[in-house]
Amino acid sequence: MQSLGDALGLALSLVLSGDPDLFEIVALSLQVSLTATAVACLIGLPVGALVAIGRFRGRGAVLIVMNALMGLPPVVVGLLVYLHLSRSGPLGFLGLLYTPTAMIIAQTILIAPIVAALSRQVLEDLHAEYAEQFRSLCLTRLQTVQALLWDARYSLLTVGLAGFGRAVAEVGAVIIVGGNIDHLTRVMTTAIALETSKGDLALALALGVILLVIALGVNAAVQSVRMTATRQAYV
Amino acid sequence: MLKRTIGASALALTMAGGAVAQDQSIIVQSTTSTANSGLYDYLLPIFEEDSGIQVNVVAVGTGQAIKNAENCDGDVLLVHAKPSEEKFVEAGFGTSRTDLMYNDFVIVGPAGDPADVGGMEDVQGAMAKIAEAGALFASRGDDSGTHKKEMALWGDTGVDPTAASGDWYRETGSGMGATLNAGIGMGAYVMTDRATWISFDNKQDYAIQVQGDEDMFNQYGVIPVNPEKCPSVNLEAAQAFADWLVSDDGQAAIGAYKVADQQLFFPNAPE
Repeated sequence: MQSLGDALGLALSLVLSGDPDLFEIVALSLQVSLTATAVACLIGLPVGALVAIGRFRGRGAVLIVMNALMGLPPVVVGLLVYLHLSRSGPLGFLGLLYTPTAMIIAQTILIAPIVAALSRQVLEDLHAEYAEQFRSLCLTRLQTVQALLWDARYSLLTVGLAGFGRAVAEVGAVIIVGGNIDHLTRVMTTAIALETSKGDLALALALGVILLVIALGVNAAVQSVRMTATRQAYV
Repeated sequence: MLKRTIGASALALTMAGGAVAQDQSIIVQSTTSTANSGLYDYLLPIFEEDSGIQVNVVAVGTGQAIKNAENCDGDVLLVHAKPSEEKFVEAGFGTSRTDLMYNDFVIVGPAGDPADVGGMEDVQGAMAKIAEAGALFASRGDDSGTHKKEMALWGDTGVDPTAASGDWYRETGSGMGATLNAGIGMGAYVMTDRATWISFDNKQDYAIQVQGDEDMFNQYGVIPVNPEKCPSVNLEAAQAFADWLVSDDGQAAIGAYKVADQQLFFPNAPE
């Protein structure tokens, strides 16, 4: 059993050595997962908001489906995206398979339901609190959605982080649609899978440590934005 | 704000799309052993410098590599299951198949050698002994080249190991490296190609127990994907890569690649 200490030391020396391959992989991981998170928020937040304030037939069923989709298996999403983007698939003419764009598409599909379902819950709770006030102001549906999204922005940041966390940690989807091609589509998780299959468990674990530190960094950055903003709001 | 976010993500998408392969790049659908052993890391820079063609390798099991190529998601197929490769060419998916190089399969096992097969050459005899002893045996179980070979060898022994699946016969359904990790974790015998074994870092107390049988021969072949079936194929670049691999230069480069002072692949393209 290789010790965690070895992995920590190796992780540190990898980072300190300034290995350009490592930085390329880290940068691609961030690019793919942050873009997917942004796109998923653009889709998921409005959907979540509309379902939160909407009263329509079959709403209960929509909620169940939305919540269930949070558990989409990455490998199934990868397979579906592969079948569509494959040269023999309906979107094959785009030539997107084995590109970072394909990985962004797969991760967006994976996390948009998470963003939609969690934001729906957050916004519905908030709406219950404000509903009377909104009615007395005769707000349109669009204005209500805007007000809710703005008021809940800090809670929604956490929703975005949940989506990012899922995206940056998954391997099943990106390894199928990205192909884990060196210098083109290799990201942290597929690199970890590769080193594990080579039996280089210490290097795999070291990459895992670096991935954790990156996730920590992104969360810390969001947290500091949030704290600065709240502080300014009360000045 | 919203507009800016849309703009930013659109820009990011375009940038991501910008990395899409240029004209002079090809995708090789490959078996894992050639990638995991570091062969491509050694060969590709030489070819890329010679030709200016960038080679992108998707390393999956032979079965999946062939499926992907049949879906036109590759320009070149480099795998090790001759009958399946010939079927692939006969069905019109490949232009032609050429022998490229060989090595051999070995059976690795724990130092304790519970089935007492250490040093045996007769692979069918050793496998029958493992089955009889009910010693653990971890199989790829994934329709890869190695798995196909293993099943053919079981066929020779007359033992149907899948009847004992979940008992002493463990099908991992994963790649060579993952199967070695799992097999070593549970103390099982594993059949692997020699290249993957030599370059594998997590050997623990495992060693090669069975080797040297002619039936353990492992032939690799290279096939350019046929543009008549797959119009997206860059045949010129694919052919250039296949031609280089079987040329004197390519063959010499394959023979020169060593890990731990051992040659992993032996070039044997026809003259």
